[in-house]
Amino acid sequence: MSSELRYTANTQLEHLHARYTGTGHADLTKYEWLTHQHRDTLSSIVGHPTLTSYLAIADGEAIGRVKFEMCERMLQPCGPPPAKDD
Amino acid sequence: MHLYNLTLQPPTAITQAIVGNFSGARQQEIIVARGTRLELLRPDVQTGKVSTVIASDVFGSIRSLTAFRLTGGTKDYAIVGSDSGRIVILDYDPKTSSFVKIHQETYGKSGARRIIPGQYIAADPKGRSVMIAAMEKAKLVYILNRDAAANLTISSPLEAHKNNSIIHHIVGLDVGFENPTFAALEVDYSEADQDPTGEAFNNAEKLLTYYELDLGLNHVVRKWSEPTDPRANLLVQVPGGQLASSDRYDGPSGVLVCCEDHIIYRHMDAPQHRVPIPRRRHPLEDKERGLLITSAVMHKMKGAFFFLLQSEEGDLYKVTIEHDEQDVRALKIKYFDTVPVASSLCILKSGFLFVAAEFGNHHLYQFQKLGDDDNEPEFSSTMYPNFGMDTPTIALPPAYFRPRGLDNLTLVDELESLDAIVDAKVVNLLPNSDSPQIFAACGRGGRSTLRMLRHGLDVEEVVSSDLPGIPNAVWTTKLKEDDPHDSYIILSFVNGTLVLSIGETIEEVQDTGFLSSSPTLAVQQLGTSALLQVHPHGIRHVLSDRRVNEWRVPQGKTIVCATTNRRQVVVALSSAELVYFELDLEGQLNEYQERKAMGSTVLAMSVGEVPEGRQRTPFLAVGCEDQTVRIISLDPESTLETISLQALTSPPSSICIADMLDAGINKIQPTMFVNIGLQNGVLLRTVLDPINGQLTDTRTRFLGTRPIKLIRVQVQRNPGILALSSRSWLNYTHQNLMHFTPLIFENLDYAWSFSAELCPEGLIGISGSVLRIFQIPKLGTKLKQDSIPLSYTPRKMIPHPSNGYFYIIEGDHRVMGEEAKQKKLEELTRQGKKIDEEMLNLPPEVFGRPKAPAGTWASGIHIVSPVDAKTINFVPLDNNESAFSIAVVPFAAQGGELTLVVGTAQDTFLAPRSCTSGFLRTYRFVDDGRGLELLHKTETNDVPLAVMAFQGRLIAGVGKALRLYDIGKKKLLRKVENKNFGCAIVTLNTQGSRILVGDMQESVYYAVYKAPENRLLVFADDSQPRWVTATTMVDYFTVAAGDRFGNVFVNRLDAKVSDQVDEDPTGAGILHEKGLLMGAPHKTQMLAHFHVGDIVTSITKVALVAGGREVLLYTGLHGTIGILVPFVSKEDVDFISTLEQHMRTEQISLVGRDHLAWRGYYVPVKAVVDGDLCETFARLPASKQSSIANELDRTVGEVLKKLEQLRVTASGF
Repeated sequence: MSSELRYTANTQLEHLHARYTGTGHADLTKYEWLTHQHRDTLSSIVGHPTLTSYLAIADGEAIGRVKFEMCERMLQPCGPPPAKDD
Repeated sequence: MHLYNLTLQPPTAITQAIVGNFSGARQQEIIVARGTRLELLRPDVQTGKVSTVIASDVFGSIRSLTAFRLTGGTKDYAIVGSDSGRIVILDYDPKTSSFVKIHQETYGKSGARRIIPGQYIAADPKGRSVMIAAMEKAKLVYILNRDAAANLTISSPLEAHKNNSIIHHIVGLDVGFENPTFAALEVDYSEADQDPTGEAFNNAEKLLTYYELDLGLNHVVRKWSEPTDPRANLLVQVPGGQLASSDRYDGPSGVLVCCEDHIIYRHMDAPQHRVPIPRRRHPLEDKERGLLITSAVMHKMKGAFFFLLQSEEGDLYKVTIEHDEQDVRALKIKYFDTVPVASSLCILKSGFLFVAAEFGNHHLYQFQKLGDDDNEPEFSSTMYPNFGMDTPTIALPPAYFRPRGLDNLTLVDELESLDAIVDAKVVNLLPNSDSPQIFAACGRGGRSTLRMLRHGLDVEEVVSSDLPGIPNAVWTTKLKEDDPHDSYIILSFVNGTLVLSIGETIEEVQDTGFLSSSPTLAVQQLGTSALLQVHPHGIRHVLSDRRVNEWRVPQGKTIVCATTNRRQVVVALSSAELVYFELDLEGQLNEYQERKAMGSTVLAMSVGEVPEGRQRTPFLAVGCEDQTVRIISLDPESTLETISLQALTSPPSSICIADMLDAGINKIQPTMFVNIGLQNGVLLRTVLDPINGQLTDTRTRFLGTRPIKLIRVQVQRNPGILALSSRSWLNYTHQNLMHFTPLIFENLDYAWSFSAELCPEGLIGISGSVLRIFQIPKLGTKLKQDSIPLSYTPRKMIPHPSNGYFYIIEGDHRVMGEEAKQKKLEELTRQGKKIDEEMLNLPPEVFGRPKAPAGTWASGIHIVSPVDAKTINFVPLDNNESAFSIAVVPFAAQGGELTLVVGTAQDTFLAPRSCTSGFLRTYRFVDDGRGLELLHKTETNDVPLAVMAFQGRLIAGVGKALRLYDIGKKKLLRKVENKNFGCAIVTLNTQGSRILVGDMQESVYYAVYKAPENRLLVFADDSQPRWVTATTMVDYFTVAAGDRFGNVFVNRLDAKVSDQVDEDPTGAGILHEKGLLMGAPHKTQMLAHFHVGDIVTSITKVALVAGGREVLLYTGLHGTIGILVPFVSKEDVDFISTLEQHMRTEQISLVGRDHLAWRGYYVPVKAVVDGDLCETFARLPASKQSSIANELDRTVGEVLKKLEQLRVTASGF
């Protein structure tokens, strides 16, 4: 947490989380964390041309198809969320 | 250890291409992004050849690119989205031939992140604004305008963010001069994230959203948002807006939404139109599989427009929209042609289609017709109820076409691309070659090739003819100063001279005024229309009316050496005297009254060309037997006075003065170089100071074993130098920088420029008694490629140790092998279906192969003779097996007989990795390696991704296990196993009993085999995880490896640990040592680390120059070939690192990426100097150069010399 936030942290934390998608917090569940990890990884693969080529060669698909399937997987990379207990 | 990284061949893949008038002239150019480089290509409208105008390393990763033109402008700019967290607007400046950054606006962190824009970029077609978007949420809109001085201005960004939504694509809408609008394809995941039943996920809608930039309010609003097909992937702009001159609409506006199997026309408040994407009617087609459009291009002509969409199979479709003003009547689609699958398509106004292929060579096609009136079936939205949108969730009945050869397009040019180097070996297989060749397995699927790369320029022979004897020299000459082409070829023999005239045919002529009974020393077109011949006994000045003025040598002397230019002639006599002649204004050749005694026999002489608008060149260079070169003045005030002298190490054999442009030395004017070829094969290149005549900045280069001959030639209308020794070299200026490259051609004894109508830029040479006329088609390239086609995607290869063949394992996922294909066809015939043979036999290198479901493999072993560029044999694999690893093993149990072991797996799935069974196939070489005989198959429980010969046995990495096998009668026999590796073993290296094991995710392990106890023990590993792709042992302690994220690194084991392990005879010590950090007891230390920017697929330790030092040569997936050179001295390290520091502060990255951050993308760069950055020193403005050189306490020349020396001694390039 940067110094400017130290005092106003509570009031602004929520705002910051909304601003910086993927930032963790104390009550983060395993599922949320994993989903963030996967989405970050998938977008990183799409964002690096060499990685998409690499996967396309391994899988025998066109690069465009690989990119598309990666984007599609970002919607729910780790399956549906676990049911809440309460 | 300190390393110097140098790129020998930059990446050749094209990730994106855009077209526009970037130079502001009428001609259109193409800008291509090659991952980490930006290049401007210019297709020649007449010849259809594509040439590179400039290429620039951006030291960052380019992710998106768009052309942009301000309203009413005539010049396009390029807007670049990258991983720098900045938007950059580039302008191509034709004057300096460089890209100029006009704007660089920072908006976020660097790196290819999820919510930092840079992935997508879309420009308003009317040139008012641009949108840059991330993979998720973030979209920024910049307003672009021009100020009073007509400069491009950029606003601060306006946000159009939408939380929790994944962006699939964005495009600028053509709305004419209404408010700029952008369309985005988005999916909101917030509900799916909250719903444990998975229902929200299944119902997630893909939204087509319009964002309108309100220019009045300076604000972006979400104007319209509607769900569209959930499998939509691409948006294409449809022309729209009213013309200013008339009330007519250009088009209906809106977008084409490309979905799996369908194309939908979509616009706000307008009915939708949907057509199916026609499929190939192939007997083996997988009907379950959808078809995607992967690239698209829209082209506007006068009053009309059309789209070319390309499917993932490579088929182009022409899509047209029938419209009545703003109302769409019909959307039509039909098959157009098949070209390689492209990453980008560009249509040029001059009627060309540029296809930037995603793998393999890039193509330029010319349109022959637009497919308007052919018999291809056309599918229109009017053929379906409610324009195909009756039930949008149900697919339209499939449409079919028959693929065929090119009909509407013809191929006019091909840009070679090594893209997708999957594996490479560096060995010297060619006879008579002193340096190794690079053999790269490139490409994918049916377009795969094995390419042999040699350092040198490709030479194209035009004519060759045998001569009656062996000539000593050859010249060509024009008759008049302003002739466009040469008229005579003059050949000098030991006892005579032959003159040939160049016309329709080349034939001998007699009455030329040349003396034919004596050999010739020099030929020159003199003055406006005279010719000159120097022979051992005199000089003949042949005037245009065939009158001959002859100057004779005094009795008892002969001419031994001569040099000439258009106005000056200098001859050296056997008495070591120089005689100087100059042409006066009447066209008379006058002898200077004095002769100059040199005191030593003259061996070589040269005068430069007469500079434009001058009477004479003021300098003469004379090389004498006493191992000196003297610069002698030809200035009228000090004629024949010696100005300066340079001592040599060997007698000179040839000298050549040439004025050549080298932007490293002087950006505006050509520099006068004195090239001195020595008898021992060394070339000295010195710079002649035009003021005081001193020789400075000497650079040396070893060219070959024979005495050097130097000849001044014309290359692209600029002077160049041909240097002939045991190899021929060409020194020329390309893109303002000096190049020095060998010619891959037969040895030449003498050569000269040659210009005729059919071959305007050629060269003529003699080798033995053969006269050859040739040209050099691809100037600027450093590697000549010879390719051999392969069947499927190559995976790995291995050279045979003795017969010079390569054994390449190939495998394609989602492709049916021959065996499976036959089975399927039989089944189809049994069902009574008719098989379309013609479709089955479509050549796979053009049309690819039909896609099969995941888990289907086609694979085989290809035996290739790379020297003859021939396929020897192809051994296909059956049972849906695919090969993953290969090794040649001399099994000690069979007396060292060479055996080929191929690791295969059956029914392999990639993610998560699984197979029904892995196999180690053991083959015996038959027929001297031309064939393979299967001895036996050994089952394994996982995919054997790495196999290697080890102490007369086989060591195999099977999943997480490392196993040692010996050969048996029916199987390989497992001797010992260690299954404690991290994820999956992908590479193996060995020295002695040490084995280096590269793991897919866990870096490199050091293992040892202890024979007495038969143990395989891991004793050291890396302290950080690494996704290893390629490794090589640098020495017994050290490993160099590349990882999947584009890094190369070097790890070393402590020598003490190494000794300790080697001294332990049984390995009991290692076995009982306590592990460190949940791993092996010892850790390796990282010595060097560097981010290349391309995935390293092979590393080889090799000496590229005969007798030179060993370097690490790596190849990258996108076609990069680079070397890591160890520095020899501490001074070099200090000097070059300081230079690198200074270069970093120049901020030369065109995408605004910080250089240090780029080279330390994942791990901070360590002990590696970026040679590519240092070499851009030559392109800096002179003032910057000298200030940096000052800081380093050197001159600019010294810095450049050092850089060149580093490159030449390490690579010879």
